[in-house]
Amino acid sequence: MPLRLLYRIFPHPILTLILVVVWCLLQNTITLGTVVMGLILGFIIPITTAAYWPNRPPLPKPWRLVNYLALVMWDVVVANIEVARIVLFKSNAAMQPNWVVIPLDLRTPEAITMLAGTITLTPGTVSADLSADGTALLVHALDAPDPDAVRDDIKARYESRLKRIFEE
Amino acid sequence: MIATILDILIVASLAVGALFILVGSFGLLKLDNCMSRLHAPTKASTLGIGSLLVASMLNAFAYGDGSLNEVLIMAFLFVTAPITGNFISKTHLHGRRKHTDVPPPPQDKIWATDAKNTGA
Repeated sequence: MPLRLLYRIFPHPILTLILVVVWCLLQNTITLGTVVMGLILGFIIPITTAAYWPNRPPLPKPWRLVNYLALVMWDVVVANIEVARIVLFKSNAAMQPNWVVIPLDLRTPEAITMLAGTITLTPGTVSADLSADGTALLVHALDAPDPDAVRDDIKARYESRLKRIFEE
Repeated sequence: MIATILDILIVASLAVGALFILVGSFGLLKLDNCMSRLHAPTKASTLGIGSLLVASMLNAFAYGDGSLNEVLIMAFLFVTAPITGNFISKTHLHGRRKHTDVPPPPQDKIWATDAKNTGA
């Protein structure tokens, strides 16, 4: 019963938590005042925006999500070095830009959004478009002589992990 | 001693950040088509600005009260950079002349950018 009351006051608890943290970071101090102000914002904003997202997004497994984010951070660093190497040391003629189609096993919108964002931030790929029915991603690769290898790599490295986080 | 190590770390991350932003800008000039050009700024600038922000945080902790504002900038950058890239590439897809230069999705479907707005 008290839990339901709590959900009535804070319809999106995680959003409230994020708002408090963001507010403290913006103020750059943690005092009672900033936390209380953050809580007030975390109370008002979810209630005023509740009409735009009636469903609470499913809570993924937090530990796996942290794990995934660490993997992506590492890949972002590798991606930057890789792209810098291609840009600096490869002539435009020797580059083989290519389109890659990735059929999706994921169905959750949040998971597909995360996959598209990950693809853009990681080695030599930018996600460009989603098919009209949401079952395939169009990805542009900067230097991919073999598009099938890129597709298999993305499916194995990111999509399988996201599937375990969001859809299990 | 610790101050020296911190100084070296600050200078190193400033240098790395500046280098990656330089490479990103160079890539934007050097690459020869729109979609390839998109790669340089979406990636090089995230790590470039990231390490500049790390330098700023280290400096604040070494010589001031400490500051974590930069974490927010990084978080927002990581969320918005892919969306910017996605919008630019969607605009590119809208502007292309023929529809055969992009592989079709499997099972006779069409890409969302090409779909007619049926109002459904």
